Amino acid sequence: MNAELTFKSGFKDVVPTLFGYIGVGLAMGIVANTSHLSVLAVLLMSLIVYAGSAQFIIISMLLAGSPISAIVLSTFLINSRMILMSMSIAQYFKKDSLLQNIALGSLLTDETFALSMNKINRTDHQLRPRWLHAANILAYLVWAAATVVGCLLGNLIADPNQFGLDFAVVGMFIGLLYLQIITDRSKTLKTQLLVVLFVAIAMFFLMRFFPGNIALLIATLLGCGFGMAVSPHD
Amino acid sequence: MTKYVLVTILLCGLVTWLSRVVPFAVIKNLTVPKWLINFLSFVPVAIMTAIFVESLLTYHAGQWPGFNLENITASIPAILAGVLTKSLLAVVITGVIAMALLRLVGWG
Repeated sequence: MNAELTFKSGFKDVVPTLFGYIGVGLAMGIVANTSHLSVLAVLLMSLIVYAGSAQFIIISMLLAGSPISAIVLSTFLINSRMILMSMSIAQYFKKDSLLQNIALGSLLTDETFALSMNKINRTDHQLRPRWLHAANILAYLVWAAATVVGCLLGNLIADPNQFGLDFAVVGMFIGLLYLQIITDRSKTLKTQLLVVLFVAIAMFFLMRFFPGNIALLIATLLGCGFGMAVSPHD
Repeated sequence: MTKYVLVTILLCGLVTWLSRVVPFAVIKNLTVPKWLINFLSFVPVAIMTAIFVESLLTYHAGQWPGFNLENITASIPAILAGVLTKSLLAVVITGVIAMALLRLVGWG
């Protein structure tokens, strides 16, 4: 990753994250297939909902015949972390038009958010719409394609996980987190490591009471407050 | 595709889209107070840690979380690859190969 913020460099920078989309997308398509969802339904869900973990939940709830209101509420709760990420990244696009902002937000994901936060450490805290559009659009198309291929291959591959592809997402966040810690010079290393430790411990205790996705949201909010409290004031 | 599936997809898409774009519209039209900028500046490191740790734990309703041993094991070479190469791609590929090997030898 370099300091360039062109459309082309957006394409290049997003490539390492695509393994994660492909791995999870294939798995989701296969699960959808075994849950008797049509290829069209999978494609529409990937294009309209476009959210990894939420789509797994939606499929399992559809299979169970859950009420639509319960599925929508679950989806909102799982994706409510997007609110935090969008608020965080929106500051870099305040000078761009509202339409640009809406377009950027529409396709933002955990991955392209984390990638952007790595990128600003190399660009003197600048982002450009064209760079994020490129990353977002490529990720969006690869996700939709992977879920459809997974659904079509559903009957052929019994266990996609034997190739370890399901770990691609975890690996990606390990990489992004590590790079974030070593390249973010706006905070001391000590402050960052303290936040990491705090959030990790908070996750363990919160998951005693809440499922992972809810614990994740609460731990993030607590972690931000903790970070403010322990960072040196100027 | 039944109407039930279609309506679910459309409504889930709508709430997800609103979660994504409303903050952009709000921040664009708002002078963000300094404390909020400070607070939000911790979102990246906090949320990435939370997503990573979530994958290392397993949720059991009403009990303490368990440990996902295969993800924890595969994370070790992935972290090492990060420290050694500082390359995102190297971390992802190392992690995937480690996981595939774990399952090949039947530890996964």
